Amino acid sequence: MVYLTRKAEFSAAHYYHNPEFTSEENQRVFGKCNNPNGHGHNYTLEVTVKGEVDPKSGFVVDLKQLKDVMSREVLDAFDHRFLNKEVPEFLTKIPTTENLAIAIWQRLAPKLKAAQLHRVRVYETPDLFVDFYGEA
Amino acid sequence: MKAHLTRRYMFSASHRLHSDEMSEEENRATYGKCNNPYGHGHNYTIEVTVSGPVDDQTGMVCNLADLDAFVHNQVLERYDHQNLNLLSEFVKQVPTTENLCIAIYEIMKRGFHNAHLEKVRIEETMMNSFEYRGESAR
Repeated sequence: MVYLTRKAEFSAAHYYHNPEFTSEENQRVFGKCNNPNGHGHNYTLEVTVKGEVDPKSGFVVDLKQLKDVMSREVLDAFDHRFLNKEVPEFLTKIPTTENLAIAIWQRLAPKLKAAQLHRVRVYETPDLFVDFYGEA
Repeated sequence: MKAHLTRRYMFSASHRLHSDEMSEEENRATYGKCNNPYGHGHNYTIEVTVSGPVDDQTGMVCNLADLDAFVHNQVLERYDHQNLNLLSEFVKQVPTTENLCIAIYEIMKRGFHNAHLEKVRIEETMMNSFEYRGESAR
């Protein structure tokens, strides 16, 4: 089994707000991130897939295909968007880094053919990242 | 759904690697430059990884503000700009980054209960790093 990781970057705006909370609760729980006008990050995405090395190609996965799936399923939808307003998952879910990692996993997992998705890592900043391994 | 959240922090501290159980020659042979009696220092980076179910109400494993506050008050306040050899945990233990990593893991494990502690990782320099996942991890 070999693990292969591909990086990508996207920039997006978001804010944290739960309509079931009062304004005070939202402010207390989410702090600065509750500003309704939004703020943004340069996100770094790391997608790790695993599989056996194909004896003919020497690949775990065709990197071009992986790159295309990541671009189509994630970057086209997230890059330079206001996540709360333009990405369907976040019309109802708060676009925290945790939920971003889960949403990205759910977008990629069904589209990857040869290799198996192992981990989605999303860096919100160089000092904060979330890993999702598809665990229930 | 379960996610892992990792946060990085930095602090700077001095230390000297020296064991009272060894002779001067043994100390020099074992620790080399790190045995310099006047000590030396590092910019340490620590990575704290916690895990847990993502809360439906907040979208979070745990509130980052709580994690940051705990690490600042209990870890960074204790170690930043200090001489590690003078701290109580290093009176009898050599302040190697292995032992520092375990000490920080134990502080987190004892006091931070908002999410499950997965591991503490420390970069002593850009070239070396250490991880501790607790005694039970094999």
